[in-house]
Amino acid sequence: MAEMSGADILVQSLIDLGVEVVFGYPGGAVLPIYDVLYNHPKIKHVLVRHEQGATHMAEGYARSTGKPGVVLVTSGPGATNAITGITDALLDSIPMVVITGQVATHLIGSDAFQEADTVGLTRHCTKHNYLVKSPARLAHVVHEAFHIATTGRPGPVVIDIPKDVQVATAPFERPEVSSHVSYRPQVKADPADIATAVEMIAKAERPIFYTGGGVINAGPEATAALRELVELTGAPVTSTLMGLGAFPASSEKWLGMLGMHGTYEANYAMNKADLIIAVGARFDDRVTGRLDAFSPDSKKIHIDIDRSSINKNVLVDLPIIADAGSTLADLIAGWKTAGHKAANLSEWWARIDGWRAVDSLKYPADTTEIMPQHAIAGLFRATRGKDVIITTEVGQHQMWAAQHFHFDAPNKWLTSGGLGTMGYGFPAAIGAQMGNPDSLVICIAGDASIQMNIQELGTASQYRLPVKIFILNNEYMGMVRQWQELTYESRYSNSYSDSLPDFVKLAEAYGWTGIRIEGPQELEAGIRQMIETPGPVLVDCRVAKLSNCFPMIPSGAAHTEMLLDPGQVSGTMADEAKALV
Amino acid sequence: MHIAEEQSERHVLSITVTNEAGILARIAGMFTARGYNIESLTVADISEDHQISRITIVTNGPPRVIDQIIAQLDRLVPVHKVSDLTENGPFVERELALVKVAGTGEHRIEALRLADIFRAKVVDTTTGSFIFEITGPTDKIDTFIGLMRELGLVEVGRTGIVGMVRGKA
Ligand SMILES: Cc1ncc(C[n+]2csc(CCOP(=O)(O)OP(=O)(O)O)c2C)c(N)n1
Ligand SMILES: [Mg+2]
Repeated sequence: MAEMSGADILVQSLIDLGVEVVFGYPGGAVLPIYDVLYNHPKIKHVLVRHEQGATHMAEGYARSTGKPGVVLVTSGPGATNAITGITDALLDSIPMVVITGQVATHLIGSDAFQEADTVGLTRHCTKHNYLVKSPARLAHVVHEAFHIATTGRPGPVVIDIPKDVQVATAPFERPEVSSHVSYRPQVKADPADIATAVEMIAKAERPIFYTGGGVINAGPEATAALRELVELTGAPVTSTLMGLGAFPASSEKWLGMLGMHGTYEANYAMNKADLIIAVGARFDDRVTGRLDAFSPDSKKIHIDIDRSSINKNVLVDLPIIADAGSTLADLIAGWKTAGHKAANLSEWWARIDGWRAVDSLKYPADTTEIMPQHAIAGLFRATRGKDVIITTEVGQHQMWAAQHFHFDAPNKWLTSGGLGTMGYGFPAAIGAQMGNPDSLVICIAGDASIQMNIQELGTASQYRLPVKIFILNNEYMGMVRQWQELTYESRYSNSYSDSLPDFVKLAEAYGWTGIRIEGPQELEAGIRQMIETPGPVLVDCRVAKLSNCFPMIPSGAAHTEMLLDPGQVSGTMADEAKALV
Repeated sequence: MHIAEEQSERHVLSITVTNEAGILARIAGMFTARGYNIESLTVADISEDHQISRITIVTNGPPRVIDQIIAQLDRLVPVHKVSDLTENGPFVERELALVKVAGTGEHRIEALRLADIFRAKVVDTTTGSFIFEITGPTDKIDTFIGLMRELGLVEVGRTGIVGMVRGKA
């Protein structure tokens, strides 16, 4: 058998696994791999400007295409710079494989130049990780890593490869589909549980589907099945931030997002329901609010592929540990076999309509300043009918985007939910554009967040990616300022975005088009110009500085204690509430 | 504001894992990362081909947390099986301790007499000291060490417990 170097084996394995794009940054410990990638005919390497950017690009690529994202970085600082994105991918269950260079095996542990204990550092922010000490193991490990990253509950996997292992040779054989002996995710639901679930749904008088990112991870079959099951049962649907798009927002069964900045109708329906069908969602604290007041009268079915999500925060009546798509299909089949018809839920819907009438997403009109919500609504209107992918940074703009931009399809909404990583959105947009060259990819950003990975302007220029950045510039870390207004009597400690750059000039310096929108009269034309201008465009949209994001369930409050407008804000909070994130 | 604490229970978990680099760090680190307690932890290779190790962990926490600990262990890639011995019915648990006691005269004789009652073995002796080897459940060893404390206890080494379900299965 022909011998190949570790670096060749790595790259050949990536090709065998169907990898087309790698986001990376070179350095001493990965030079042998970079040499293999030199003018490589099959693998496109996207040179980033900071390794954190590479990880978020891989996330954006993965979330928008359903394929795993691949990252290549050097040892030491390359690896540590990647850690935020790896953790982000763990919390949001994004399939990602990160290849890190390592110092040569005989130097490990000697505090060698650019040595960091990458497997140690990433042990708890990966689904699994490897230090590969022999080129003979490499092909197997790479195949196994992709299998682990993409199956079960997806997540990031790190492969740390010492430099001597990249150079040394070993016989190469393409491995069989390989899996770790003790890795066997449970994907199929127990038929008895399906039957019980079908009966619970059929008997419910006030059912609600509560769906999450797991439905999107489970692929297009899962979102199609969700739509069908909702149709069959006639029940309303709400979703987490991560699950937006799994169910069409244009459906009359859609109640909007739930949780801290969710709609009145979604949160009230959860609170008053007699049955919650949770699918690929994890009852996170941003969703439940105060636990003892969370949906007190409901039975709960929880479908999740990760057993540790079950009963973690909320005790459920019927756990189903399985893939969301296959379980939804089983439920549809079970429903039909049992001959159930949609129950008469008109009373339930009448109550929901009452909550809808509150119109919790309304915001005050303004003729002198652009209301940020109005800007998002304008963006939504102007892009209707286009194949648009939205990414966001983290803050008020993210929540306004979730509330006022509406999604009818999955994989079109990319946001950092679990970790809440400022700096995610812009690189994620670059990754999404790489995977979807014909889509209109827009990053809705804040003035503070965009600065966290602003260096990637150069990456978009280099690869001629026509990404659009739409900054809702309120000159504040708005979400921090809002909490300070609510909790600390408006003492705005360090939340003003002082010394902001001239974003338009900055864009131009990188070869982008820069546009500034200063007042409501300029909004529509500015958005249109952004969409119609070829190539990358950055928009600095000046919005009302002190707007707050409502509705809001303050930390530690019950769903029914939702604040609808600033009039309800006292400016102080009990220590117990202050202690919650 | 004060931080509330919940009632906890002691559980003995037996975990079989693939014998691979970093597995112990992965498990121990998961406990610290998620704020779980480890009272004791033992690990050793148990299979003929050295591919599998058994880890026994004594932990404590409210039932809800114990449940999470098991689920979190179970999702680690190299973990084959987690059994909650405390939950799965009667089981045997044993640990071994080496106990060094120094003394002369009455104390020395009394130490030997107690060791006999506890079926501790003398594994080293000098004119002024003994090292006893004792095995048994944790509380028996605790009691023995407590008694030795009055008779010139010098140092103690304990293995932490290993456990196994009773009966055929
Ligand atoms: C890396 C990181 N650091 C800090 C935070 C805490 N944080 C959450 S939102 C926010 C302010 C974001 O400001 P901006 O990007 O301007 O968005 P806005 O809220 O004004 O829309 C901060 C600092 C975070 N989420 N991520
Ligand atoms: Mg801002």
